Amino acid sequence: MSARSIFARPARFAAVAPYLWMVLFFLVPFGFVLKISLSQTAIAQPPYVPLFNLTAGWDAIVAALKQLSLDNFRLLVSDNLYITSYLRSFVVAVTSTLILLLIGYPVAYGMARLPQRWQAFAMMLVIVPFWTSFLIRIYAWINILQHDGLLNKVLLALHLVATPVVWLSTDSAMYIGIVYSYLPFMILPLYATLVRMDPSQLEAAADLGASPRQAFWLVTFPLSLPGVGAGALLCFIPIVGEFVIPDLLAGSASMMIGQTLWLEFFANKDWPVASAVAVALLVLLVPPLLLYDRLQRRTLGGAG
Amino acid sequence: MTHKVGRISPFNITALALGLAFLYLPIVILVIYSFNASRLVTVWGGWSLRWYTEVFNDRATLEAAWMSLRVAAVSATSATLLGTLAAVGLARGERFKGRTLFSGMLLAPLVMPEVIAGLALLLLFVALDVERGFWTVTIAHTTLTMCFVTVVVQSRLVSLDRTIEEAAMDLGCDPLQAFVRVTLPLIFPAIAAGWMLAFTLSLDDVVIASFTTGPGSATLPIRIYSEVRLGVKPQINAICTMMIAFIAVVIVIASLASKLSNAQGRSAAPL
Amino acid sequence: MTEESPDIDAPAALAGSAPPVDASADLPLLRIEGVGKKFGAFRAVDRLSLDIREGEFFALLGPSGCGKTTLLRMLAGFETPDEGRILLGGRDIAPMPPHQRPVNMMFQNYALFPHLSVRDNIAFGLRRAGMARAAIDIRVAEMVALVKLDGLEKRKPDQLSGGQKQRVALARALARRPQVLLLDEPLAALDKKLRESTQLELMALQRRLGMTFIIVTHDQEEAMTMANRIGVMDAGRLEQVATPRNLYEAPHSRWVAEFIGDVNLFDGEIASRDPHRLIVSTRDGGTIVVAEPRQPVGKTAVSIAIRPEKVKLSRRGPALDAIDSHAINRLEGVVTDVSYLGGLTVYQVKLDSGAMVRSSMANTVRIDIDAYSAGQRVVVWFTPDDCVVLEQ
Repeated sequence: MSARSIFARPARFAAVAPYLWMVLFFLVPFGFVLKISLSQTAIAQPPYVPLFNLTAGWDAIVAALKQLSLDNFRLLVSDNLYITSYLRSFVVAVTSTLILLLIGYPVAYGMARLPQRWQAFAMMLVIVPFWTSFLIRIYAWINILQHDGLLNKVLLALHLVATPVVWLSTDSAMYIGIVYSYLPFMILPLYATLVRMDPSQLEAAADLGASPRQAFWLVTFPLSLPGVGAGALLCFIPIVGEFVIPDLLAGSASMMIGQTLWLEFFANKDWPVASAVAVALLVLLVPPLLLYDRLQRRTLGGAG
Repeated sequence: MTHKVGRISPFNITALALGLAFLYLPIVILVIYSFNASRLVTVWGGWSLRWYTEVFNDRATLEAAWMSLRVAAVSATSATLLGTLAAVGLARGERFKGRTLFSGMLLAPLVMPEVIAGLALLLLFVALDVERGFWTVTIAHTTLTMCFVTVVVQSRLVSLDRTIEEAAMDLGCDPLQAFVRVTLPLIFPAIAAGWMLAFTLSLDDVVIASFTTGPGSATLPIRIYSEVRLGVKPQINAICTMMIAFIAVVIVIASLASKLSNAQGRSAAPL
Repeated sequence: MTEESPDIDAPAALAGSAPPVDASADLPLLRIEGVGKKFGAFRAVDRLSLDIREGEFFALLGPSGCGKTTLLRMLAGFETPDEGRILLGGRDIAPMPPHQRPVNMMFQNYALFPHLSVRDNIAFGLRRAGMARAAIDIRVAEMVALVKLDGLEKRKPDQLSGGQKQRVALARALARRPQVLLLDEPLAALDKKLRESTQLELMALQRRLGMTFIIVTHDQEEAMTMANRIGVMDAGRLEQVATPRNLYEAPHSRWVAEFIGDVNLFDGEIASRDPHRLIVSTRDGGTIVVAEPRQPVGKTAVSIAIRPEKVKLSRRGPALDAIDSHAINRLEGVVTDVSYLGGLTVYQVKLDSGAMVRSSMANTVRIDIDAYSAGQRVVVWFTPDDCVVLEQ
């Protein structure tokens, strides 16, 4: 028993309450999602056939287990609506993440190169918009992107276009909205890795004959890859399930999977299918989630 | 910096300036147009406060705002309590049974798509046959925001010099006293930052609140969202500006408070 | 090798200022008995025993990773030994948590509480002990005066210099009047000049308070300067416990001889024994005569250790040749390198056998016309009394 373990016992005791909370309100609900995704749709309130009742005894449970159906999942793979939704989510998330990297990296790099006293200020500038509601930020873009909004006015004034461009309800608008909302999540992990880098490594590279450009690609960039990974995952995973941004900014021609889930749940009242969509989405997100978890653990540390 | 290598270049400055302009310009435009006298949201008709008065005459919006503030205050407070406890468990509990599950449960919501979390919580509330409204939204927000609090507080705890706690025990503190008298004052800025984060996240959320709230108890974001779907309205500009102003005031107060406590301890966690 | 080593090779006069050794006296203040600590498969402290008397200034010296800090942390209560007992005033404190032990520690990084003023840092331990407010005020003032921090009581640690922080840490640890004060590399963060003056202040303070100090350090000069006795540790074990002088002049092992200071070593075998001396035939230094050690040497394979300042150089000449060959050891070689270090000059000499020998000489005059230069042929000599025989 060391000093660390003198602390360990009360610390573990402290974790009991949040542990129970997370089990009850995070883990158990997923059990319900799984259960309902395996049950039949019904026009009722709540709109699904209750699967089993734990008070009904073992036989009832066995009987109920026999009723479990994979119909909802069969629907997911047979109906084009769902497959195209998943694919679109994936494409949108990958594209957005790449755009975010292209924009976020130079910004983070610039921040990390700022004189020390300016860095905290620049950091604050990046974080402050994050404190304002993302809904407001999306709304702000609707203001700008609408038919007679500021963007078109500027473009017309500069004679870059002859007639107003349709921005709203297009993929461009959606990408602008996503990039805008997620930019701080990309910049911060990148900045965190870039600022930790030892400037003498660049000096060593220069001393050994590397041009600044070579030094960047041979030293800085490879060393910043953990930050790139963290930032990319921090953006990619939630973008896959994004609902509000595509709903407000993109057209209704094709939907992302979050929109499909919302539609099934709120409009079609098909809770079992919505649950199946969620389960499938979750399964698809497990690999990037595990990767993210590993990166986090490495940076967060903790015991052991 | 006098060395040539790694010096900031015009390219760096431009990238930084463009990035920041991209972040701020839309918000600035929104704020300006909230004071527009014209009903047409795109035509400037002079300065006016009319949309603000309209907002204050709109009962539904005021009720939604009140609901949101209550949810945010209660959920942020309980999330800070639970999140800090969780952070202590993870940062000081060493290895224990179920640690991996615990930290996984606390990390997943940070990136988990909100639609999934919202759906899952709703199904739980339905199964438990709980009436949906203020408490269900509050519980949902507590669950999600406590994970953010945990990350912020945990990173502070991990970076804290452990010998300071040992010194406290060496000078006669039992572990609990050492935590209360030494650790807690030192991590307080991070706890406050965690509360702020939880508060704004709760005030910001549409998706989870939509799933977990009941009829007649809409939050402000839900109300804004449903209005925005119908198009741009000058009243929304005014509501948004007020929300920005509110958050700005809270941030200024918080940073002043952390400056004050900086005189005693060290700086707050970045978020 | 955990037993206290009596002065063996050295005459009694060499024992210096060490407190009188009296094994028959009552129990020492601190008795460490077969204490062991493992971290996984790594044996940090290996069944170590050690007695420390009241009022002693004891140094644990060793390379990093030798277990000295782990031992100190076990005394403070931050680690619990896997085996053995730690008797403080006859009571086993090994199972006791740190906050109940009558020992205090001064941490390497000081571990001052950044949110508390100097005054509150010093008063921290007194408040935990439930001392009355007035008594605390008096004790704090006493401590502030003791470490010369007057006028800084209201400052926060951030507003102090390194030396001032060090004093606060010391005052805070002393305030509770511990039976033993543990110091973990207390001067490591100070620059050289400040460190030297602080060493003297710490010694004076310890003598004035009559308190028992145990210091952990990797700096042998620091240990030699301050401590009455030094325990040299390696790989979790005490290699030797002795006064600074005995450690240097009468090392017990080749490892200690090489760890403490600089040394020339000749490996060889005992060829014959006289009543008062051993004749050792070495590979690199020919036949070397050494004084018979008081502790008999069992094995025939030995190393002979000679400190560089005891190796003398001279030009070839009849004066030296006239001396009885058994009275001194004489070798020949060529100076290959001369390093002038200010107070002394170190000469590297390549012997005719090919082995290198170091000799250091004090620069007692400002202009030395007789100084040796590289390439010069010299006689290297040393007396049998200056050699230490170590078993291999």
